[in-house]
Amino acid sequence: MTLLEAPPVTGAPTTPRWRAAGRVAARVGAPGTAVVYLSLLVLIPLAALSVAAFHGGWSAFWAGVRDPESWAALKLTVLSALVVVVVNTIAGTAIAWVLVRDQFVGKRVVASLVDLPFALPTIVAGLTLLTLYGPNSPFHLDAAGTRFGVWIALAFVTLPFSVRAVQPVLSELERDAEDAASSLGARSPTVFRRIVLPSLAPAMLSGAMLAFARAMGEYGSLVFISGDRPFATEVASLRIFGLYENGQNNQAAAVSLALLSLSLVVLLLGGVLRRRLTRPEFG
Amino acid sequence: MRRLLRRFGLRTAVLAYLALLVIVPVGSIVYRAFAPGLGTAWHDLANPSGATSAGFFHALILTLLVAGIAVPLNAVFGVVAAVVLARHRFPGARLLDAAIDLPVAVSPVVVGLALVLVYGRAGWFGGWLAARGIQVIFSIPGIVMGSAFVSIPYVARAVLPVLQEIGTDQEQAAATLGASPWQIFWRVTLPSIRWGLAYGVTLTTARVLGEFGALSVLSGNVVGHTQTLTLYVGYLFEGNLDTVGAEVGAVILAVLALCVLGVLSLAGREKGSRSWLSRFARSPRGSRTSSLSTTSP
Amino acid sequence: MPRLPRIVGALLPTALLVSALAALIGVPTAGAAEGTINLVAYSTPAAAYTAINVAFSKYPAGAGITVAGSYGPSGTQATNVINGQAADVVNFSLEPDMEKLVKAGLVSAKWDTVGPDHGMVTDSVVVFIVRKGNPKHITGWKDLVRSGVQVVTPNPFSSGSARWNLAAAYGAERKLGRTPAQAQAYLKALLSHTAAQPSSASAALATFLSGTGDVVLDYEDDAIAAINKGDPIQYVIPPQDILIENPIAVTTQAANPTAARAFVNFLLSKKGQELWAIEGYRPVLPGAAAAASVTFPTPRQLFTIASLGGWTKVEKTFFDPTTGIVAKIEEGLGQSTASG
Repeated sequence: MTLLEAPPVTGAPTTPRWRAAGRVAARVGAPGTAVVYLSLLVLIPLAALSVAAFHGGWSAFWAGVRDPESWAALKLTVLSALVVVVVNTIAGTAIAWVLVRDQFVGKRVVASLVDLPFALPTIVAGLTLLTLYGPNSPFHLDAAGTRFGVWIALAFVTLPFSVRAVQPVLSELERDAEDAASSLGARSPTVFRRIVLPSLAPAMLSGAMLAFARAMGEYGSLVFISGDRPFATEVASLRIFGLYENGQNNQAAAVSLALLSLSLVVLLLGGVLRRRLTRPEFG
Repeated sequence: MRRLLRRFGLRTAVLAYLALLVIVPVGSIVYRAFAPGLGTAWHDLANPSGATSAGFFHALILTLLVAGIAVPLNAVFGVVAAVVLARHRFPGARLLDAAIDLPVAVSPVVVGLALVLVYGRAGWFGGWLAARGIQVIFSIPGIVMGSAFVSIPYVARAVLPVLQEIGTDQEQAAATLGASPWQIFWRVTLPSIRWGLAYGVTLTTARVLGEFGALSVLSGNVVGHTQTLTLYVGYLFEGNLDTVGAEVGAVILAVLALCVLGVLSLAGREKGSRSWLSRFARSPRGSRTSSLSTTSP
Repeated sequence: MPRLPRIVGALLPTALLVSALAALIGVPTAGAAEGTINLVAYSTPAAAYTAINVAFSKYPAGAGITVAGSYGPSGTQATNVINGQAADVVNFSLEPDMEKLVKAGLVSAKWDTVGPDHGMVTDSVVVFIVRKGNPKHITGWKDLVRSGVQVVTPNPFSSGSARWNLAAAYGAERKLGRTPAQAQAYLKALLSHTAAQPSSASAALATFLSGTGDVVLDYEDDAIAAINKGDPIQYVIPPQDILIENPIAVTTQAANPTAARAFVNFLLSKKGQELWAIEGYRPVLPGAAAAASVTFPTPRQLFTIASLGGWTKVEKTFFDPTTGIVAKIEEGLGQSTASG
């Protein structure tokens, strides 16, 4: 319909009032609605969390975080996330390498399976891992109630992040430099270390940061396999749930804020580091 | 020769890792759920310890209802936010960009706690809501909010880079031809982002279907009323009512997840097999990186 | 595909509007429907209530009433009700959780004047649930702290059952003639033998059944229900044991107070108490067990929480999250078991 309208003949195009109003509405109303929605759902609740965490001032917040069981939970969470991220960054890069550079029957299936831990509800993931690594394990690999069980669950849920961060970069990588290097006599490990790795490093770091933030907050898959033992396998999310269950909302908020801040710092750091590492010719 | 061995070795190692971590566990739960036979499995799920099947079907309906509300809400928000960020300049754009990514960093249990602190009886708006007889927490609106919170970023993050890549040429052309903002949006913008939108909506749906942590805090776990499928599975297992039933429920959820994966890979193929996560990883030339780090370099 | 946006454009706002309205009106919101009462209870009686609710609906007073049940750890459920969860009837594992609600104005302070047993609806005792055949030969409290024995007991800060378990352990030691200090040392030994501390009694039993630990401390009624289900377990009632008493009340904010009161009256009536007995719960109404042809053995040295000073004292001394004896024990143990 608009194609058949003759364009305005005289100089400045005339805009009907309602159309101008529509434009203003679009410019103000749209971001406005988005902000209101975000506020009601995300920003205000997080603000309430901060207020509850500092209910009683800095000393109360600090006391809540340094409470022996909460402090142990936070330490365990960070430690477990680190272990799992290191393992999965290596494994994820290896998996991405195989998916991009290798060819074998069923590769497509494997590629989709990598995404499964993301699509699967965490509680199902927990039950799934329990059947294989719990007390009824057919291989007698009982990891329930141990830190190893926690690591297995975290590795499961963070795997997609590690693989998918690296895979597209790897598939876009030009092989010229690698081929040149190997034709000059460099062996594969050297080629990998000197040429491929530096190009992959930003992506690996990205994936690692996302995986870390994810692992820090994980809850559903840990509920059954961890055994929820204070000081031993009780991670921060389980501790927060326990504090909430007992009606200690302010302490729960304090530990939550500490956990959230750690995740945010890691994500921000990751972004900064990644930009530092990204060479000009790739971005 | 060495190269062949190395490649074979790496492939085996990778497949072994995936088998131990993903394939075998998922396979064994499917086996355990259906080993006693399909009929038994169905019976166990729908009738834990002789109770009526209301629990399971209510959970299924509730899950679909929650998804039916939370996903469109986030889809609209995601598209609006992406359009706003890609096409307009306004004070606070950077903040909006960062705020959209916040839910990724928040543990689900913390999500539940934060929402209770605002909308619970003793919360900031709790008194106001209670006086009007509106029940948010421990009822369906609370479940919708919790599910929406955790899945906010996905549509926005899927659509934003598409908008940035395609540019404003077509939209400007439509504008000079006299189209109104609404027409531009429906006829030009929306069709161009449809695959990104489909991608984002699928991810959002997957996340909403799988939410558990926030709902453990928020829902009140009322059997047949405020239990989603994930909560129902947890309840069956933890309440020692039926471990096999829980496993069957888990398998159903897993099958749903696989369907989601199927849709994702289809949508991905259309877009040229860009993985959704690549949006978090790479920095497209000339445009902002779509991650939390939007602070200036 | 120019048609796609038009369809989407038409459907999306409509779907949104409808959904938003439905959500606001609160489609099947628990409690909004006519003749529904919201029951908030501790974790264990989920299966029992299913059977009892069916009987209640056949009762004249219960015609047309549906009971919507929420089950979870006793402490958590109390917290949820205080945080706004809809509740017409509350049934907790122990008194202190009821007192929390009295303090919040959600239950009348006179809740304990109802019924034949000052507000209680069922009794029970602490039992040791072991694997079938009792391979580790656990018969008494001393066996729980033998080397090599792994115990499962819920987290005392969320679960009522856990608090009963620990109160029973302490009281048993005192009955055996030990001093308070020795009894506390026993608690420490017991807690150092725990393999897992899930959040509720049901979770603890589920954990035990999936293979963790040699013995789980639980309610007698939970054990009976599990055996009736065919789980490969048996249970031992220790000679020194505490009488578990589970309180029930109608809340002040009940949306359906008449129906709620009818339900509670049914649960306390002869018929209701007989049903409880059949489900494995010790009735509070004398004669109900016999009428249902169920016998419950009496432990040789049965005591009540009153002999330990009452729940208020026990809660404060033992279960205060920061200064309580149990909290201090857990903390002390944590430093040494941190190697996990």
